Amino acid sequence: MLHVAIKKQLSHFELNVEFTLNNEIAVLFGPSGSGKTTVLNSIAGLIKPDQGIIQLNGQSIYEAPKVFVPIQKRHIGYLFQDYALFPHMTVWNNIKYGMSNIEFAEQLMDELKINHLSEHYPHQISGGEKQRVALARALATEPNLLLLDEPFSALDDATREVSHKQLLRLHHLWKIPIIMVTHSHSEAEKIGDHILYLDKGHLTELKNI
Amino acid sequence: MTDINLSPLWLSIKTATIATIIVFIVGVLLARFIARRSFRGKTVIESIFMLPLVLPPTVVGFILLYIFGKNGFIGRLLIEWFDFQVVFSWYAVIIAAIVVSFPLMYQSAQAAFQQYDPNVEHAAYTMGASRFKVFWTISFPIAWPGLLAGLVLTFARALGEFGATLMLAGYIPNVTDTIPLAIYFAVESGNMEMAKFWVILIVTLGFAAMLWLNWWSKRNMTAHSNHK
Repeated sequence: MLHVAIKKQLSHFELNVEFTLNNEIAVLFGPSGSGKTTVLNSIAGLIKPDQGIIQLNGQSIYEAPKVFVPIQKRHIGYLFQDYALFPHMTVWNNIKYGMSNIEFAEQLMDELKINHLSEHYPHQISGGEKQRVALARALATEPNLLLLDEPFSALDDATREVSHKQLLRLHHLWKIPIIMVTHSHSEAEKIGDHILYLDKGHLTELKNI
Repeated sequence: MTDINLSPLWLSIKTATIATIIVFIVGVLLARFIARRSFRGKTVIESIFMLPLVLPPTVVGFILLYIFGKNGFIGRLLIEWFDFQVVFSWYAVIIAAIVVSFPLMYQSAQAAFQQYDPNVEHAAYTMGASRFKVFWTISFPIAWPGLLAGLVLTFARALGEFGATLMLAGYIPNVTDTIPLAIYFAVESGNMEMAKFWVILIVTLGFAAMLWLNWWSKRNMTAHSNHK
């Protein structure tokens, strides 16, 4: 379970969000510059909120002013918008970089149908394949929470459709909380158990199943 | 020509190699530490780092003399503590080479560390990697082509250093006479044959370094555009 209640002063407004998430998918939806990525980065530990608390499975990973668990120790998978694959490593080396167990990594590669790409470098594979590799890499560490920053925005419609299904299937297999940022309302509707609408730093819940 | 003393060649190579190693390590670490951070005084610090590039080498030499000379604040301490005088020694040649070549390495390293997506490092952190591991397995290999370019430029600059070396180390045969100094003093004493020999040698070395660097950057640029 994830509980987030944080405040952070950004250049034009104050980000002030509070939500709790069980092992479900929450979609963070809203216009550009509304603070969506800042929320993800705060949870991941890339930036420090000004105040508040972030708890993951009952443990505080951030609690102002004293607790700030470093990013490396949070066990949070993060799929960045541009995938951020290591350009100088093969697909397999990307995935095994932080992997905790080889069988699990292989199972993930099977599930995401990227086995045949093991020896390829990121520049040799398509956008959809990169997205699957980045997802496998984020999950290979067996994280307690998965953050996805516009993971489907660079994909064509057909690939995006397949990826939506894949994500839902993976979530069904490995029940962990997932927060996904998107611009697309239809994507939010399709994937989210919860839809959290963020505008100028303030959160409204649009859908709650 | 048969009786040419090759000591300037070995001295130059030895000096440039040591200076390049030191400048590479310090330049890479400083660039990595400073490049993606913003803090008060960053611009001032970076301007100081780049200063030797725009100052006449004699000015750099003068400042170094002020620091390492008998009455300079470091020079005096070294004499008091270790009875060691930097000025007019081989160490002065190395110090001059380090200071004048540092901006080239710093600039190249800074550009190399800024040209890739910082999320690549962030992704590695989320996978549990330590700062050290991220530096060695992610940042350094990705920045390597740019760092290597800086390394070659640093070596070439260190090899060609003249003004600051003359100010700080003087011309002492077999001790501080690098190739550029050997050329100057050969001309000064009317030994044009000797000067010609060293000129051809240093032009060849410099040209080979630039040729290799251009070939490498072109090759690397193709590979890099494939990586995107």
